[in-house]
Amino acid sequence: MTPPSALCLDRVTLRHGAIEAVTGLTGTFQPGCLTAVVGPNGAGKTTLLRALAGLHPPRSGQISLGGLRPVDIALLPQASRPDRHFPLTCLDVAAQGLFPRLGAFRAASVGQRARVVEALGTVGLDGKDSTPIGALSAGQFQRLLFARLLLQDARLLLLDEPFNAIDAPTTVALLALLRQWHRDGRTVIAVLHDLEMVQRAFPETLLLARHAIAWGPTPSVLTSANRRRARFGLEDWNGIDAPVSREAELERPAA
Amino acid sequence: MINDLLIAPFAMGFMRRALAGCMALSVAGPPLGVFLVLRRMSLMSDVLQHGILPGIAIGAAAVGLSVWAMGLGGVIAGLAVALLAGWLARATGGREDSQLAGVYLMALALGVAIVSAERSIDLTHLLFGSVLAVDDTALLAMAGAASVTLPALALIWRPLILESFDPGFTAASGGRGGTWHLAFLALVVLCVVSGFVALGTLMSVGLMMLPAIAARHFAASLAGQMRASVLLAVIASTGGLLLSYHVDIPAGPAIVLSAGALWMAGLAFGPRESLLRGTLDRLRQREAV
Repeated sequence: MTPPSALCLDRVTLRHGAIEAVTGLTGTFQPGCLTAVVGPNGAGKTTLLRALAGLHPPRSGQISLGGLRPVDIALLPQASRPDRHFPLTCLDVAAQGLFPRLGAFRAASVGQRARVVEALGTVGLDGKDSTPIGALSAGQFQRLLFARLLLQDARLLLLDEPFNAIDAPTTVALLALLRQWHRDGRTVIAVLHDLEMVQRAFPETLLLARHAIAWGPTPSVLTSANRRRARFGLEDWNGIDAPVSREAELERPAA
Repeated sequence: MINDLLIAPFAMGFMRRALAGCMALSVAGPPLGVFLVLRRMSLMSDVLQHGILPGIAIGAAAVGLSVWAMGLGGVIAGLAVALLAGWLARATGGREDSQLAGVYLMALALGVAIVSAERSIDLTHLLFGSVLAVDDTALLAMAGAASVTLPALALIWRPLILESFDPGFTAASGGRGGTWHLAFLALVVLCVVSGFVALGTLMSVGLMMLPAIAARHFAASLAGQMRASVLLAVIASTGGLLLSYHVDIPAGPAIVLSAGALWMAGLAFGPRESLLRGTLDRLRQREAV
């Protein structure tokens, strides 16, 4: 896999109607980096991921994808989005990962079909090929979405709270997969809330509160001073408190 | 006896034509209905059935009772209503259901007003259908619509499923969800309009939706639900036409009531997600404990 050039943001501003979600964000995601995006609720994390995926055009500023084509980018939205009671099997959903390459009409090759089955095994859903997705637990469904992501074979992976409401064994397994992608040389950017996990597993962190409070190696970003700035910075704009749970999490001392 | 009840009515030419037409509707409509149900757009079909009426009325007023003129008017009006309702919801950010209701209430009133002003048209036939009106042209229109719908649905099958299941993923994968959504809506409009001669504008959606809603009580997979919905529609059409013949009520309500009876039966006793199934599962669990 030839390394693409860096993913550069230059004074990027993203808006939802009249509300500014991200303001004047400038910085670089190095190719092959494993970066966590953290910050209080309403900090613009989801919007930033959607902008990187090309789904939310910036109001001003430039996002340079460093030569990545749309097919090279995969976005895992928050788990609540797809309809979990749709009459599809695990195999059907995993195979959707081939869609960006196959498009609406081309058939999957024998090799690609084998890779779909293999991907289900990789995420720990062996033998569930023909299981209806309605029968899966929340953790198993998230594993399935990771299988789909795996099959997209993307070079830039954007994950929005991939471990939210997921049981511990599943989190461990999926985090391992994520680090494997990092070792493969793929660029991985994940929105996370669990700061302990960020400190343990993510070399780099972007602390976001509409603008970058800090961006770089995780230990230098997640200082308590920075965390306080992220929280208060947002309060200044909002005039309201961030939710208590998130606040507590951001205030928790480093492990 | 059985011959008198079930076979003899179809010795009449108009009953055979109506049956053939309803078979075409039964094959094409319900698979679209299954997608409407899965996309949580069941009410959209209601909007369309009211929305096509002004178009059909204008077609009739302009050219007379020509199936093609009324059909074309209906398709144009249906597409306009579908697009208008979708656009209004996006542009103003309001509650989509209230805007859909607003649009179809107006369309129905407008349609009835135009039809009433035109003395030559029988409003009851237009709203509730008449098997006697199914002539060769109408039959051709129904069969034609079905012949277009099924291959088109097969063609957009993969992206339509993807877009219905996970619109976010489709957009992120360059899937152009809007295009498939529009193609799908066009097929729905075509099917609703094609049923109006036999079933009436207010009833033709019933044959599309009720078997589709009932399908989940009979099959688990998407393809299985498609097959179940078509089979249920075929049974409902045949039963409804016979009911209409023996009891002398319009074909539209008769067929929709038959489809409704099948749905109630599925809801109560069907093999999947039915009341009976739920009770049996609870009993078994209690035994296991």
